Amino acid sequence: MRKFIVKRILLSILILFCVTFIIYALMRALPTSFVESMAMQLAQAPGSKPYNEWLDQLNAAYGLDMELIPGYLTWLKGAIVGNFGDSWKYSMPVLQKFNEVIWLSFIMGGIAFILELIIAIPLGVIAATKQYSKADYAITAGALLGISLPTFFFATLLKLAFAVNLKWFELSGLVSRDYPQLDAWGQFLDKANHLVLPIATLVIVSVGSLMRYTRTNMLEVLNSDYIRTARAKGLSERKVIYHHAFRNTLIPLVTIVGGSLPGLFSGALITETLFSIPGIGFTSYTAMTAGDIPFSMFYMTFLAVLTLLGNLISDILYAVVDPRVRIA
Amino acid sequence: MRDDMDKLRGTTPLDMNNPLRPQDVPASANKRHVDRLLEQGKTNAGGGKKHEEEQFSLNDDRRVKSLSPGALVAKRFFRNRLAVVGLVMLIAMFLFSFVGGWISPYGQDEIFYIYEGQQKQYVGVVRNDTFRYAAADGQEFGSAAQAQVVLAMNQGKDTFTYRDVEYTLAEEGSDFYTIYAGNTLVAMAYKDIVNAPDGVSDSSLTFNFQYGALKAYANGESEFSADGVTYRLDDQDIYNGSELAGYISRFVVRPVENGVVITRHFKEELELAIETDDPEFLYTDTDGVEYTYTIQYDPATQSWSVKQEKLTYVADDYALPSAEHPLGTDKNGMDMLTRLMYGGRVSLVIGFIVVIISGFIGVILGGISGYFGKWVDNFIMRVVDVFYCIPSMPLIIILGAAMDAMQVDPMMRIFYLMLVLGFLGWPSIARMVRGQILSLREQEFMTATEACGISVSRRIFRHLIPNVIPQLIVICTMSLGSTIITEATLSFLGLGVKFPFASWGNIINDVNNAYVMTNYLWIWIPAGVCLLITVLGFNFVGDGLRDAFDPRMKR
Repeated sequence: MRKFIVKRILLSILILFCVTFIIYALMRALPTSFVESMAMQLAQAPGSKPYNEWLDQLNAAYGLDMELIPGYLTWLKGAIVGNFGDSWKYSMPVLQKFNEVIWLSFIMGGIAFILELIIAIPLGVIAATKQYSKADYAITAGALLGISLPTFFFATLLKLAFAVNLKWFELSGLVSRDYPQLDAWGQFLDKANHLVLPIATLVIVSVGSLMRYTRTNMLEVLNSDYIRTARAKGLSERKVIYHHAFRNTLIPLVTIVGGSLPGLFSGALITETLFSIPGIGFTSYTAMTAGDIPFSMFYMTFLAVLTLLGNLISDILYAVVDPRVRIA
Repeated sequence: MRDDMDKLRGTTPLDMNNPLRPQDVPASANKRHVDRLLEQGKTNAGGGKKHEEEQFSLNDDRRVKSLSPGALVAKRFFRNRLAVVGLVMLIAMFLFSFVGGWISPYGQDEIFYIYEGQQKQYVGVVRNDTFRYAAADGQEFGSAAQAQVVLAMNQGKDTFTYRDVEYTLAEEGSDFYTIYAGNTLVAMAYKDIVNAPDGVSDSSLTFNFQYGALKAYANGESEFSADGVTYRLDDQDIYNGSELAGYISRFVVRPVENGVVITRHFKEELELAIETDDPEFLYTDTDGVEYTYTIQYDPATQSWSVKQEKLTYVADDYALPSAEHPLGTDKNGMDMLTRLMYGGRVSLVIGFIVVIISGFIGVILGGISGYFGKWVDNFIMRVVDVFYCIPSMPLIIILGAAMDAMQVDPMMRIFYLMLVLGFLGWPSIARMVRGQILSLREQEFMTATEACGISVSRRIFRHLIPNVIPQLIVICTMSLGSTIITEATLSFLGLGVKFPFASWGNIINDVNNAYVMTNYLWIWIPAGVCLLITVLGFNFVGDGLRDAFDPRMKR
């Protein structure tokens, strides 16, 4: 088991190097005019340095004056010790900005994820046990509808219905204008109120895939021989489903849930942007569109780490809950 | 019940319980057996013959009508209501986008114009209620002296002293005074104003002319002479013979913009309208164009402001739905329905090309990886892992922003977008193909191909890949939906398809304007609904196909 984990980790690190190198190379491959226009913009700010100095500084700051490989190694050296440079957009160390915004994203993602689990698993089980019933059709269609809903369209609809017409929630942002005057409880409620629509968007748009995953796995288990045996023994349907079938469905579920835990940190790029929630997603979006290379590099590396971590966790969990896998 | 019917009427090669599986039929010759296995490999992908219906004895195998696997799949597919609904949705959207854009009488970037009445401040009118002063030729009468006149008038005196000169004030008529120093006429104070006939070159009028006219007007005389010419006064108009030499009016009309000529006739109409409290009047100017003028009285400044309603030729933006434009027009004055159709084309074409690119790379790399195994497999799968880890959305956003900075041509943007999305999408397909091929390659028919000495590329692409086609179709259908969403999201963010090309995403982009979001629902709701229907259609069909291809899901 330990050998398995160590092998996986080493492989992940190797992949991470490749990914960061590719991202770095892509950033470098961006036409120089991109950095030039950055420099032009910076130079136009009042009281700023002239264009040429900015250009040189930007090139030096990001190692753009070096060859590809040495440049990457310079970046890597910094990154390993946790120095991702200063964000151009926010003019502060990348990690400091990251630390400011990540927790909001985590809270949002966490709440949405728990809600997803609460909604998706029971509905998926119901759909599978009553396959081809009306409930199954409704749940499957609902899940597919959720998957098919473009986030931005759904979010706009929610805004129109609940923020504009019903005025229950705020249109965007995290705090109201009178936030500083509120007491602690009021501030909490104010933030919670602002987070309702984004979380609703996240849950509805992403609940479908988990629901379908549960249904498919439950169906697979229900069609297996030991369920037939359990039924043949004369066990009650309740016991068959919740004792025998559901427990076995948990194997793939635990794997996928464990695997998506790191994803809670990744932030919801589109949803946060649509609602102007200052989490990691919105912050990164702003940085990326502004051409803030250090922040973008960091964010993409961070996402790659999260993906690898997710895969790693689900592999390990799979091996833990299903001993048959370990041999492979 | 249905399960039994299936077994009676058709056979599925993958169905373990079915007694009619081809490979179970005893083969007399080895060659025949091999042929059958090859046949099975092919029929898996959907070929085969239908048995003709004839009269057979009861225990004859041929009595059982067997359907080809393809027909069985189709049957299972059409039994799935959701899948059929999805198919109908897709067909509708395809017709809408491809045929619709062709039928539509408008082009996708055809701008519609309308004449729109725009009220523009034209002139300001003040009724002159303060005295104006004019000094006689060769005399001076400054503002300090004018102040003395007002003072004297208010005190009811008819003389005043200014700078040691004694002036006499003589009332010639209502609101018309002349000022003398001794016996010399120095200046006059008046409220009615003498205007030049064109209303512009008032300064060309001589003092004597003005004095004569005002005096005659105040005393109700019909003739006066000034500078050796005799003028006739007819009501307010002054004639030199039959030629209009000027006119008297208490209203001061000042054009808002420079260079606007206020004609005598216009002024008369205006005065008439003001006197009769008419809020509106029509006037045809010298160019023969008729405008509507609206008059508004402002009590605070005691003035009238006159607005000219001018018809301007403007883009018909945000027009309400009408017979000509069933969904109205967008912010550029383009027909919304037509843009929706062309947007569908762009979205669907991008979706297809992206999926074709990623499917092509995925099948080739997945096929090679699965077939050869060992280090080739290991290498390709690590490449897949790497690509899996590259965060695609941030990458595309950065590329989009970079293309913005470089001002890439909108057409080229679409190509780049397709390439990037295609190159980022292949790993999942490669993984699926590899997995399928790994298990297929161990099957007997592959041993048979090897025994027959069929070349490797032929074995992979003629015997293995066709067996992966069902799963490939499913995964491609599903990823078509997600690609369209990705493209729409990017276009919505303004980083994908750009104006002048329409895309469902960039149509919805208009909601960034909160006013559009709340008031012009017909702009963005239809685009969102189209998007939803298309993606939902792909997902329903994909889901239905998956169930139909997978015999374990038979019903």
